[in-house]
Parts: sequence; structure tokens; C-alpha cells
Amino acid sequence: MKKFAKFWKAANFRLKFGLIVTLIFFIIGFVVYYVPHVNPFTFNTYPNKLGASAEHWLGTTSMGQDVVWLLIEAIHNSLVIGLIVAFLGTVVGVFVGLLSGFAGGLLDRVLMIVTDTFVVIPSLPILIMMTSLMKGSSTTIVMALVLAMFAWAWPSRQIRSMALSIKERDFIHTAKFSGESTVQIVVTEILPYALTWSLSNFMNATLSAIGSESSLAVLGLSPGNLVSLGNMIQWARSYNAIFNKQYLWIGAPIVATVILFVGLFLLITGYNDYLSMKRGR
Amino acid sequence: MKFKTFFLQRILAWALTILIGVTFIFFIPRMFPSDPVENMIAQMQSRSGNMDPAEMEALRQQLRIQFGLDGTLLEQYGYFLLHGLLQFDFGPSLMSYPEPVTSIIGRNLPYTLGLSLTTTLLAWIIGNFIGLLAGFRKNKTSSKILEGIAICIYPIPYFLVALVLQIVFAFVLGWFPIQTTLLTRGTFAQWLGSLLKASVLPGISMLLLGTGWWIISMKSLAGTTAEEDFVLYARYRGISEAKIGASYVFRNSILTQITALAMSLGGVFGGSIMTEIIFGYPGVGTLIQNAILQSDYNMILGCITISIVAISTATLVVDLIYPFIDPRIRYG
Repeated sequence: MKKFAKFWKAANFRLKFGLIVTLIFFIIGFVVYYVPHVNPFTFNTYPNKLGASAEHWLGTTSMGQDVVWLLIEAIHNSLVIGLIVAFLGTVVGVFVGLLSGFAGGLLDRVLMIVTDTFVVIPSLPILIMMTSLMKGSSTTIVMALVLAMFAWAWPSRQIRSMALSIKERDFIHTAKFSGESTVQIVVTEILPYALTWSLSNFMNATLSAIGSESSLAVLGLSPGNLVSLGNMIQWARSYNAIFNKQYLWIGAPIVATVILFVGLFLLITGYNDYLSMKRGR
Repeated sequence: MKFKTFFLQRILAWALTILIGVTFIFFIPRMFPSDPVENMIAQMQSRSGNMDPAEMEALRQQLRIQFGLDGTLLEQYGYFLLHGLLQFDFGPSLMSYPEPVTSIIGRNLPYTLGLSLTTTLLAWIIGNFIGLLAGFRKNKTSSKILEGIAICIYPIPYFLVALVLQIVFAFVLGWFPIQTTLLTRGTFAQWLGSLLKASVLPGISMLLLGTGWWIISMKSLAGTTAEEDFVLYARYRGISEAKIGASYVFRNSILTQITALAMSLGGVFGGSIMTEIIFGYPGVGTLIQNAILQSDYNMILGCITISIVAISTATLVVDLIYPFIDPRIRYG
């Protein structure tokens, strides 16, 4: 608690604001989500096209679903996808980056050529191709795996250059001369460095995975039974929520996505500023 | 390092990137259990009832050849590299059979290039200019407000900004057409007028996002450069603030932004696809969407191969220009 108070005092405005917004979304997605409720996806649970009321805060959809619970489910699923992708991307990225930075030689070159390719090639078109091949048969997990294929390259490149610069520093030589093995050095000396940077990358990957999933959803390429923020926007669009002036239905997921993204982005930039300030710059 | 070595290395990296990229998009679909030919036959069967088995087998064979799915995997790969990658020949499009994929892409590509290149360049110039001013005077309230706006726009996905603009300006206010309609008849001026009118909203939505990023990154770059010793020294020498901003801070920070421009092109292309789809703008994005809806795999493969080649090449060009702009880098 004391540690947290100290952190809070040193944190900048962006970090605090971003942290609060992100925390609210996590509470909605992982705490409120488990409050017992009717499955929001089921059609015609309630009368169709209701406006906002005490019972249905954001009204109901054209299929008689409650918008609030649909939104909560969407936030939950989008966060889950984002977190899985970010986790996989970070783990693989750190591993490949460290391997390539320490192994050097041919392995390093080959790994870096592949990594650079994944950094440069446009991810969206390839994601479009893969998901359009799986149309109908894809699941949340498969979706996350596919998105993760583009989440590892950037961290791996950054971790590699970090490893290259750290491995020539004095304390590494000291560790080596005192008889530590390479694996030991990587785990005890270098991983802590890599992890602080990885946290910021982790949040970034979460954000971009949720963004990619919702882009694919707008193309109708996200699994059809997955209630995600993108799919919710897409359903509202395809049932002409805009023409019928059901602005609450289409507006709710849009506003939620915007707030979530701005919150996460503030958290990332705030955290990076906080880190560089801690380093004394 | 000699310029020639740098040049050759860069060209080699470019070729490798493209090769790995297209190899990837060639093999990945073949690892999925889903087979485009079987999908199409299933679709046809559901549409036209039962078919004669012999007829179906002939059709299957025919489709295999047209999808480049004939022969062993290695043969298919060789065929794809030779025809697809080197000659941009992806076979006939299945949605507007028998027109070749390449000629359809050729018709749509100028719209995408026009939209994305114009907005990217404009966003780069405007964003860097505002970012420079904001970074150079970073303690002014106006700088903070500008950065705040940029931060609230930049992280939003392209399609959402496009969707919000569409709802507000096309549906609610009715200032612009909801979907793109280009005049096919009439004079060139009329056609151009309809194109410009249709491009306003897609253009603005891409411009907003692009500018947001350049403001944020340029502000932080300029803010750091402005605290360097040589800027302080210039101030002591009594050089005017405008001159310091233009020739000291600007020249040093803009170089990083040129590399960043090259790195951002892939993202811009993805954004352009999404923006086009929301507005029904007749570029490659809309083409890809139609191809997905009608399971036109030749078209999807063609669009993606060409986009990989185009983006890698654009990145290469920016990288090769770089040494001519930065006087600190001189090869041989």
C-alpha cells in the first residue's frame, strides 16, 4: 500500500488517468461480467427497439437484446482477445529477441530477416486473407492465435537491440567472470530490464489486437457468435441501426471503444514518461 | 560504408522481405483445412441443387487449375512465384469472370493511391508543423491543448473515425453522400467534382488520424531537441527564436520523421482499406471486401501480393532517399 502511494505521487497525470480508465474497463469486463444475468446474445429476450429506460439503460436492439449486457460481454471478450494476443506476442517476442541477441552469427541474421519482414509487411491484408479462409469455422482462440502472428515481431526487434547493448556492459562481464552461465545471466540480469519495457509493449499489443479484431469484424471476418466490440458495431450497422436512428445501439460500442483506446494509450505514454523520469532524464 | 554496399544491402533486404511475405501468404492458406474449391462447390450445390457427379468432378478440376491448386505443393509454389509475383498474373477474377484480377486491381489502385498518398503527405506536413510549434513552446497552454486533442484521436482505429464522421456528417447533417457514387457519364470536370465530393469524408478521417500521430511524435522529438546544448548556445548568441526553430530544431527532428514515414506506410494502407470500406470508396479496400463476400480467392491473393510489393517498395524508396537528405550520413 505504501509502495502504491509512493508510485501514485510520482505518477504523471496521463498515467493516473489512463490507469483509472483501464481499471474501470477491467472491472466491467471481469467483475461486473460475472454478475448473474440473462445471456445477452439470445434473440428476443426482451421487446425489440426499446429506448433507454430504468430497466434497459441503453435500450434494446432490433433483435431484442439488452444493449448494456451485450456491451459488457463485448468488453469482456475484446479484452480477453487483446490479453491473449499481447501475452503470446510478448512471450515469443522476448524469447526470439533474447535468443537472437545472444546467439549472434547466422541464427541472429536469419531470425532478424524474418522479424524485419513481419515488421514491414502490412498485417491487415494478410489477416483479412487468413480469416476469410476460415470464414464460419473460426473461434475466439483461433482468432487470437492469428492476431498473435503479428504481435511478436516488434518486441523481438526491440528486445534484441536491448540485449545487444546490455551484453557489453560491465556488470554482465562481472557476472560472466564470476561463473554465471549464459542462461543465468539472461534470467537474472537481462530479463528484469526487458520486462519493464515489455509491460509498455504488452499494453500496446493489447490495444492493437483489439483494434485489428474490430477492423476484421467490420469486414464480417470475426467469428459470427463472438460478442466483441467490433462485432457489436458491425451487427448494429448491418441491422441499419443508423438509418433507424437507434443511436444508443450503435453509439454504445463506438463510445466504449474510443474511451478504452484513449485510456489505454494514455496509460502507455504515461507509463513510458514515468519510466524515463525514473531513469532520471 | 560505401553507398554502393548500402544500396545493395537494402535492395537485398527488400527482395527478401517480399519473398518471405509472399511465401507466407502462399503457404498459410494451404495449412488451413478450408479448401476454396470445395467451398465454392458447396456453395454452388446449395444454390442449384444436386449436380451430376461427373460434371462436378470436371468442374472441380477446372477450378483447381484456375486457383493454381493443381499439382504438388512445390509446383504450385513455383507457378505462383513465376506468374503471381513476377508477372502479377493471378488468373481470372471469379466475381467478374473472366476478367483477369490484375486489370481490375489496376482500375481500383489509383483511387487507393490517390487517397492514401495525398492524405499521408498532407498529414505528415501539417502534423510535423504543428508538432514542431507545440514541442518548441511546450509549456504554452495552446500546445498542451493541441497535443491533448491529438492524443484523443490517434489511438482510435481508422474505421471508427470513418464511421463517426459518416454518422455525423452524412446521416445526421446530410452534408455529404453516405456512399460514394462516381459519375460515369458527363464531362471530366463533372466526374472530378463527384470524386472530390466523395473523397472529402474519407480524406478527412485519414487526415485526422495521421496528423494526430505526427503531432504527438514531432512534439516529443522537438521538445527533446529544443533542450540540447547547441540550441541553448544559439540562444546565447542571440539568434532569433524563429531561426532557431526553423534551422536548428526542425532540421534535426525532421530526419527521424522521414524514417518514421517509411515505417508507417503499412499501417496507412490498412487504414485506407478500412476507410474505403466504410464509405464504399472504389479503391482496393472495397475490392477486397467484395472479394471476401464472393469468395474470390484469386482476387484476395492478388490484392495482398500487390500490397506487399507496393509497401516494401515505398519503404525502400524512402530509405534510399534518406542519405541524400541527412548530411551526417555520407557513403564513400
